[in-house]
Amino acid sequence: MSSSVYIAGTGVISAIGNNVAEHLAAFEREEAGMGKITTLNTIHRGELPVAEVKISNDELEQLSGLPAGTSRTALLSYMAANEALTDAAIPNFDSLRTGLVSANSVGGMDKSEDFFVEFLADNSKGKLRNVFDHECGSKTEIVADKLGISDYMTTISTACSSSANAIFYGARLIKNNILDVVIAGGTDSLTKFTLNGFNTLMILDKAFCKPFDENRQGLNLGEGAGYLVLVSEKVAQILSKPLYCKLSGYNNSNDAYHQTASSPDGTGSYLAMKGALKKSGLQPSDIDYINLHGTGTPNNDSAEGTAIKRIFDPEYPPMSSTKSYTGHTLGASGGIEAVFSVLAIKHHLIYPNLRFETRMSELPFEPEKHFLKDQDIKHVMSNSFGFGGNCTSLIFSAI
Amino acid sequence: MKIYIRSSSCISPQKTFGTSEFLTEVVEYTGTRLKAIEPDYKEFIDPKQIRRMSHVIKMGVAAAKDCLNQGQTEMPGAIITGTAFGCMEDTVTFLTRIVEQDEELLPPTAFIQSTHNTVAAQIALMLKCHAYNNTFVHKGISFESALFDAIMLLNEGETNNILVGGTEEMVDTSFKVLTRLGLYKRWPVSNLSLLSTESKGTMGGEGAVFFLLSDQSSSDNLAELTAIKTLYKPKDIETAIVSLLKDNSLNIDDVDLIITGKNGDTRNDEVYKQLASSIFKNKALANYKHLCGDYSTSSAFALWLASNIIKRGTVPDAVVERKKSGSAPKKILVYNHYQNKYHSLMLVSTI
Repeated sequence: MSSSVYIAGTGVISAIGNNVAEHLAAFEREEAGMGKITTLNTIHRGELPVAEVKISNDELEQLSGLPAGTSRTALLSYMAANEALTDAAIPNFDSLRTGLVSANSVGGMDKSEDFFVEFLADNSKGKLRNVFDHECGSKTEIVADKLGISDYMTTISTACSSSANAIFYGARLIKNNILDVVIAGGTDSLTKFTLNGFNTLMILDKAFCKPFDENRQGLNLGEGAGYLVLVSEKVAQILSKPLYCKLSGYNNSNDAYHQTASSPDGTGSYLAMKGALKKSGLQPSDIDYINLHGTGTPNNDSAEGTAIKRIFDPEYPPMSSTKSYTGHTLGASGGIEAVFSVLAIKHHLIYPNLRFETRMSELPFEPEKHFLKDQDIKHVMSNSFGFGGNCTSLIFSAI
Repeated sequence: MKIYIRSSSCISPQKTFGTSEFLTEVVEYTGTRLKAIEPDYKEFIDPKQIRRMSHVIKMGVAAAKDCLNQGQTEMPGAIITGTAFGCMEDTVTFLTRIVEQDEELLPPTAFIQSTHNTVAAQIALMLKCHAYNNTFVHKGISFESALFDAIMLLNEGETNNILVGGTEEMVDTSFKVLTRLGLYKRWPVSNLSLLSTESKGTMGGEGAVFFLLSDQSSSDNLAELTAIKTLYKPKDIETAIVSLLKDNSLNIDDVDLIITGKNGDTRNDEVYKQLASSIFKNKALANYKHLCGDYSTSSAFALWLASNIIKRGTVPDAVVERKKSGSAPKKILVYNHYQNKYHSLMLVSTI
């Protein structure tokens, strides 16, 4: 049970790039992925910025080899999961016990909401091929089938912490000796459903978001997918490529305060970070970088900031919200940001929190504003918090 | 480590909630859909909140609270749920408003409650439970995934008591869509004769079933959850069953009763029929989907049934397919599959 779980591969797709290399370049150029809505047919076009992946469904179908009409959520998932698996280059993959643990928040809603328009007018109408794969689990199944994984698969949905939970669930499957290799992470594509949902909550910024800024106005929605390849010690020994790092700590706690809002003192986030530190055996002073949940909403950043203050005061590690680049990718965010955290360790990087200007009045610290190279990064904390009070923190550590 | 089912609570289309009777009187439904019998929620939920909550949230929260009451446990060490479709009522409500109101002036409540983790979240909120909270959404093994997570957590020593549930609601919209997708029979049938119809399609169902899992032995426990296994498109289910039993130093002779997921659809039931004349030959057999309908987390109903048979030492007549004389069942194997893709095996034993 005490065995370590190592990260052997990474894959990511978001508004700032279609693969890991493109992301690293975009970070260095300090180039955000937000822009005008081009894919969704919505009245909010031109009014709300979003962070779209810059490839059409047609192109994604061609690149992935998945059939026409596949949900964008599954297409994005395959792109990142396949990149991660290819990157890991695991010999004799077929002889190992392998699994896919994936997460998403609204399943095939990108297709179902099209179906629903015709269906609502006439219940005998609407193309069934747009709705038969609606379930969240279908997205995982499509990708697992394409990657040739059948030993184990499951899907987690805990709103915006979904894929952080998928990653550490995957790690536990290895620790419990159920599997040798797990591809874990999450995916979500932009939908009218979520765009309108967040809009009704009045937490969408009409400009590019400003996480952890005193004058933050809300979040920008994004889309994408991020996956890690997790391997057991036994598999780690047979790999020819160097490992990225290990997953040293994780914890899932519930805020138990409100269905959508975070408690003012950030109880859930505090417990998640505290629990992850305990699991890793590290002290707060050991953390070299925090990849914040940092959505840019007044409520999240205040609660998360307060929780960080309670744990880290008076010495704060560098921290930033990469949602200032990718937007909030919901069920994918924990996976995407886990990839960034792992890359921070491998490439000795700290990512900037774009557009930060003014420190939040209640906090004695502020996020990092500049892209920093050659940093000595041994331990990175990644936070993911969601609706339903679901709070999860992961800690990655250099080997 | 032994894992016990300390208590269980079941809201279903049958009289399974808030009663000491055990399926003595079966509710008949004619049509292609079985609806859960709603209890008086006031005993479990604040009346102000009842009005705002959708069907699945109310069922889930009430079953969870009743399960904790029965298990004499105030605060679980984790809350884990499984649901394939999540909160369909709120999802459909919000989608409908987007279309009808052309994305303008939408109230947020339906969206807020539409996320798949709402049931687990509302339970945590009601209990002020800050512990581990997770929701699995993987089609026909959503509930089994939640159960598997709970078993791992207990084995890891994270906690001693875990609330695990399977919840699914069938709303008119999903029923219409699933009917068009060919899941249900094309004409009305009685659930009492569902399993002998010999035709395509089944009846839809719904429900919320919760369990309190514990690693601590007690004479109050319902049963031991001896093993669980999920399989994706297995090539040979018979070998998988033998191997699961062997892993637990058992063979098929040690199993006193088999509960299968027969649902009256010829394509679905073929594998059960094959097994009934091979590995399950001469075994006592029982079925449950004519009582709760078929839905993605119906295996939670089957586990409730198995635990209660073990505890009470009797097999209700309403579930019997093939009777074998002998004493009360000590080991029960539940074998279910959902649409031939996702198969699950659960082994339940006396404590």
